[in-house]
Amino acid sequence: MSLPLHAGTENCVGPEKGEVTPAFEKQADELVSRYPVSKRSAVLPLLHLWQETFGYIGPRGVEWIARKLSLQEIQVLELVTFYPWFRQKPYGKFHFRVCRTLPCALGGAGKTFAALQKLMNLKEIGHGGTMVSEDGRFSLEYSECLASCGTAPVVLCNDAFHEKVDDNKAATLVAECK
Amino acid sequence: MTTKRRLLLPSASEALMAYKEHRLIFKNIDAPGYTRDLTCYQKHGGYEILKKGLAMGGPAIREEVKKSQLRGRGGAGFPTGTKWGFIDPAKVTKPIYLICNADESEPGTFKDRQIIYKDPHQLIEGMILSCFANGVKLAYLYIRCEFTEGWRILETALAEAKGAGFLGKNILNSGYDLEIHVHRGAGAYICGEETGLIESLEGKRAYPRIKPPYFPAVLGLYMCPTIVNNVETLCHVKHIIEMGGEAYAKIGRPNNTGTRLICVSGDVVRPGYYEFPCGALTLGELIQHVCGGIRNGNRLKAVIPGGSSAKVLKAGEVYKIKEAGVDGKLVEKEVKLEDLRLDFDTLAAAGSMAGSGGVIVMDHTRDMVECLANISTFYAHESCGQCTPCREGVLWLKKILSRIAEGHGRDDDPSLLKEVADRIAGRTICAFGEAASWPVQSFLGKFRDEFAQRIRRNGNAAKKDFVSLTH
Ligand SMILES: Cc1cc2nc3c(=O)[nH]c(=O)nc-3n(C[C@H](O)[C@H](O)[C@H](O)COP(=O)(O)O)c2cc1C
Ligand code: SF4
Ligand code: FES
Repeated sequence: MSLPLHAGTENCVGPEKGEVTPAFEKQADELVSRYPVSKRSAVLPLLHLWQETFGYIGPRGVEWIARKLSLQEIQVLELVTFYPWFRQKPYGKFHFRVCRTLPCALGGAGKTFAALQKLMNLKEIGHGGTMVSEDGRFSLEYSECLASCGTAPVVLCNDAFHEKVDDNKAATLVAECK
Repeated sequence: MTTKRRLLLPSASEALMAYKEHRLIFKNIDAPGYTRDLTCYQKHGGYEILKKGLAMGGPAIREEVKKSQLRGRGGAGFPTGTKWGFIDPAKVTKPIYLICNADESEPGTFKDRQIIYKDPHQLIEGMILSCFANGVKLAYLYIRCEFTEGWRILETALAEAKGAGFLGKNILNSGYDLEIHVHRGAGAYICGEETGLIESLEGKRAYPRIKPPYFPAVLGLYMCPTIVNNVETLCHVKHIIEMGGEAYAKIGRPNNTGTRLICVSGDVVRPGYYEFPCGALTLGELIQHVCGGIRNGNRLKAVIPGGSSAKVLKAGEVYKIKEAGVDGKLVEKEVKLEDLRLDFDTLAAAGSMAGSGGVIVMDHTRDMVECLANISTFYAHESCGQCTPCREGVLWLKKILSRIAEGHGRDDDPSLLKEVADRIAGRTICAFGEAASWPVQSFLGKFRDEFAQRIRRNGNAAKKDFVSLTH
């Protein structure tokens, strides 16, 4: 099984310091062209593109997108803080999301989460939140219903979706993160 | 299931026949050898209905959809023909938009996922027909971003459709132009609410809009008339055009026509997705026969019939339901939980709702305090924060429930919970307020003893004997 490199897509180049390449510009322009009535509609697509490319959305991302769409920076930042998918800090190279909502909970999501946490050697950081391992390899958080409740418990590892993840399967998944 | 009822079923094969699915939308899904590419779709008759629809013309399509009495599958069950009827493409001067709601985020629901992942062209064909019928030239497919493969599948399928001339300029030489784009959400449940979705598509926070206007058909995307329909609804349109509105309306029951995708999760032997005519099946038949009964030999305790927002139903309950008799007159009948028909009107009459078709089953070992605390944690996380009763109230519901679950409950917590929930519902901008309150009101109303008991046994004893569901 091949896992995408980063909690985004295969071509992620890591922390926000990567270059904005002409290819990136082109991709961004194509996305903007899908919204002929209002450029502002392209904020979410550009935030996705930025996060997938650079790993997270820092001040540079907010500034670049605002300039691209002729918006105030706050009009971009307020989306980063509103939508849970976006992050302002890098996650681990392998980011795990464990669904915690009722059907998955009934299916044992709590046990799966605990198993993953142990396998990744992650320390509790208090109230929910994302845990990141010291070496930056792993990060783990709970997510809400991922719309696959019939195959509970379910887990997203970066972009790869896994069903019926019990302790054993959790161990296999972590072992496959190379 | 009572023994008496079992005796009525003469043989196993006949029993199986009785619970055979009626697959319209899921017809090809999971069929051996069926793939999601255009070639396979066309081999199975794909885009033939589009040709038929283009020849019929928009008004005729709208007429068939009206006749079909199709009700929206996104949650509210609003008649699609009526919704479309708010817009008259011949009179409207502004552009008209259509948005497919593929946000599928109601806990317990996973039907749209099957369509998107396994038969995306069916959705696209339904969508093109619906756009054509309503004079739409630009449409968006709003998909939750957690469908990490799903949005790519849709983009590929749209490109294939465009390449074959089913999308873009002058579709199949009809003179009709249409563009459809995929738009990804970013992990917020409230983007499923249609006006929140529109705000999100406009590049803003997904704050639902104040009503009136009640329908985006009046003022929607970019302040233009807009139709928002669920994935399953748009697929039904294709089948309505295929068989005709009247024939479609014969499937299911009056006012609850067509087939319905049902998702079952929780404590059953065979959880999964099924398709049956609306109301053809009772809740008992679904759980016992279709899903193989409660798992681990346990007994049924509670079931949420229409996604986590629907009010919970308790095993052993009897409901008073008015149904039309043979002479067409309404007669009140006593109906047991297991005999409730799975359709919009019956579940509403039982005080709950068919909602999004997500049936969540809980067995007798489950602790209702834990279950409710889990559900309320979801709503506390997902409130958009616009209205004070919702933002503050739902958070307090979660906090109070968590403290009961953790063994620090106070004697008056159950009444406090009820009071808070009662003050949210009906006082907010969008129906999320109700969605968050209904579970609390119904769990408390039906399992009050369990909450009181949990509080009495506070401290260590409270938590130890259950599998914790609160995280
Ligand atoms: C809080 C909330 C969440 C919703 N989530 C969804 C959703 O995930 N998918 C969906 O199709 N409809 C959802 N709806 C319903 C939509 O607002 C809208 O009614 C529906 O998409 C209309 O489509 P239909 O007429 O085809 O049912 C939600 C409504 C509310 C109040
Ligand atoms: S009810 Fe809740 S989710 Fe809906 S608009 Fe108000 S705060 Fe937002
Ligand atoms: S509850 Fe986990 S996928 Fe729905």
